[in-house]
Amino acid sequence: MLNIKNLKVGLAEEDKQILKGVDLNIGEGEVHAIMGPNGSGKSTTSYVLAGKDGYNVTAGSAELNGENLLDMDPEERAAAGLFLAFQYPVEIPGVGNMTFLRTAVNAQRKARGEKELTAGEFLKIVREKAKSLKIDAEMLKRPVNVGFSGGEKKRNEILQMAMLEPKMCVLDETDSGLDVDAMKLVAEGVNALRDGKRSFLVITHYQRLLDHIKPDVVHIMANGKIIKTGGPELALEVEQNGYADILAEVA
Amino acid sequence: MNSLIGKNEISDTLADFFIQPNGATWANNIRSEALVAFNDFGVPTKRDEYWKYTNPQKLTMIPTEPAALFSNDEPPMFESIDRVKIVFVDGILDLSQSDDLILEGATIETLVDATSKDIHWAKDLFGSLEKNGQKPVKRPLAALNTAMAAEGLVIRITDKCKKPLAIRYIHNSETSDALVHNIIKIESNAQFTLLESGAGAARFNSVLEVDVADNADFHHVRTQGRDHERKTVTHIFGRLGKESIFKSFTMTVNGTLTRNDAVLEFTGDNARATVAGATAGDGESFHHDDTVFITHDAVNCESRQVFKKVLRNGATGVFQGKILVKADAQKTDGYQISQGLLLDDNSNFLAKPELEIYADDVACSHGSTVGAIDEDAIFYLVSRGVPRKQAQDMLVLAFLAEAIDEIDSNDLADDINDRLAAWMNRR
Repeated sequence: MLNIKNLKVGLAEEDKQILKGVDLNIGEGEVHAIMGPNGSGKSTTSYVLAGKDGYNVTAGSAELNGENLLDMDPEERAAAGLFLAFQYPVEIPGVGNMTFLRTAVNAQRKARGEKELTAGEFLKIVREKAKSLKIDAEMLKRPVNVGFSGGEKKRNEILQMAMLEPKMCVLDETDSGLDVDAMKLVAEGVNALRDGKRSFLVITHYQRLLDHIKPDVVHIMANGKIIKTGGPELALEVEQNGYADILAEVA
Repeated sequence: MNSLIGKNEISDTLADFFIQPNGATWANNIRSEALVAFNDFGVPTKRDEYWKYTNPQKLTMIPTEPAALFSNDEPPMFESIDRVKIVFVDGILDLSQSDDLILEGATIETLVDATSKDIHWAKDLFGSLEKNGQKPVKRPLAALNTAMAAEGLVIRITDKCKKPLAIRYIHNSETSDALVHNIIKIESNAQFTLLESGAGAARFNSVLEVDVADNADFHHVRTQGRDHERKTVTHIFGRLGKESIFKSFTMTVNGTLTRNDAVLEFTGDNARATVAGATAGDGESFHHDDTVFITHDAVNCESRQVFKKVLRNGATGVFQGKILVKADAQKTDGYQISQGLLLDDNSNFLAKPELEIYADDVACSHGSTVGAIDEDAIFYLVSRGVPRKQAQDMLVLAFLAEAIDEIDSNDLADDINDRLAAWMNRR
């Protein structure tokens, strides 16, 4: 599904290397987690995959089902099936949440040569999916993320994911700023989308989220590289001992 | 323009360019008085404080620069609204294209007819709000208009009008230089909605005097047309009685030079006024200026100024807004926001917010910002699959929405939104 090879990335505006050769292969239907200390390059990886400006790819490749992601505009990556759940979802005053969702869904359908959803069809689907995420009609009407609580913003991310039905979901610290109940709700939303085909890359600081979204593979990232890969037990090890042991072991 | 020629000499020449209409004695007196005032003021120049950001030369030169006619297949504004339609072509009333001048709750006359009658109620209103609005800031082109305008409507509202009156100003001659003067008197408890649209003329100078009596409502939605070379100067002079409502919204796109003055005065307590504008400007020749002066001279009145301008390819937007709160105008609530959204580095937004407050129990706030499009918001939208251009258009419309929201009627607001969306696609 997602194949990243020797990816090296620096900041566009200053001479600073952030990713120093990342290798990552995620198969169809797999859930991978990336953990790592602050500043290790986790969020940068997600931004570079989604196509955010401000980064320079100096080496390596990133492919989604054999297509070169790095050659595409962000909207083309989305239409190809990539989805990034933001760590800090952006507030957009003046744009209704519902209008935004429908525009996005139909833009992707159009890009893929599929028939656009009518207002009625769309409404039916969005109501159903919103209900399971406990997103009420009022939240759908409000401007995108404006005045949303931390939990509401993250649920709104998952709603977008559910509506857009991507192939590859990247969740950037989706657990940050969530209380235990909100985390469960978000995890349930993610788990509902696991269908054996859709793949996930879950970026997190803490093992706690991985109690709810069970990963197949756990990677530890530090200083711009993946330094260790293992099963779910690796996350538990981090939880108990911190990153220091692993960093020392690799060094 | 030769700098050795004084501004008063130019004003003589500009005034000579028009013919002063001849009507009843009272009207002739008002016009002559306005002409004396105009000659006394002289034409505006860049050296005048309130013309510092807008060069008025295109509005004062003789003859006017011609303006090419601009047409496309887009239908005129407000076609879907149930209304009484009146058409002016190059500033001259065209009855053949207009509905009958009949509106339930109103009497509508032409300025020619009203100012020809020896006895007419307009005697007390014609030119009076304009004259009152010359202090403390002089507005010479409004005085010129009062002195020389032969065309316009004189409207008296006696009841709650169910339908709006829609005036369409068609620009049909490349060299037309038009003056239109409309007078509206809204009596106590009456309601009236005025819609205005169109480029008007190659050079279009309009004055609207509106007297809103106690408990009366006035709603005004105006669009200023897409002719790329039109020059426009408009003045709204409004007086608000006790517990009255005055709401004016203007959408402006294209044109070479547009200057919109709004001068409002609260004279009765507990009244509310809004002046709002949404502007979309494209190209170096685009220059648009909103100049607003609101005087609070009554207790517990609320005024709002909401102006949003989207500018690209070297376009310039200007906002000069003032709230004057007199010593007895306690409990005044004054709000003013002006924002420029620059789509590139070549465009300019110039703002001069002013508050002058003599009362001690007031709440006045003002804000003015200028900025580029929010790249984080763009990335959020494109990362969801929305193409970049569409994402930018969504954010531009969202930016303008705050001004459009000041329109009470959803149908009219939708109409305005559609036009702005179409404008963005046209490029």
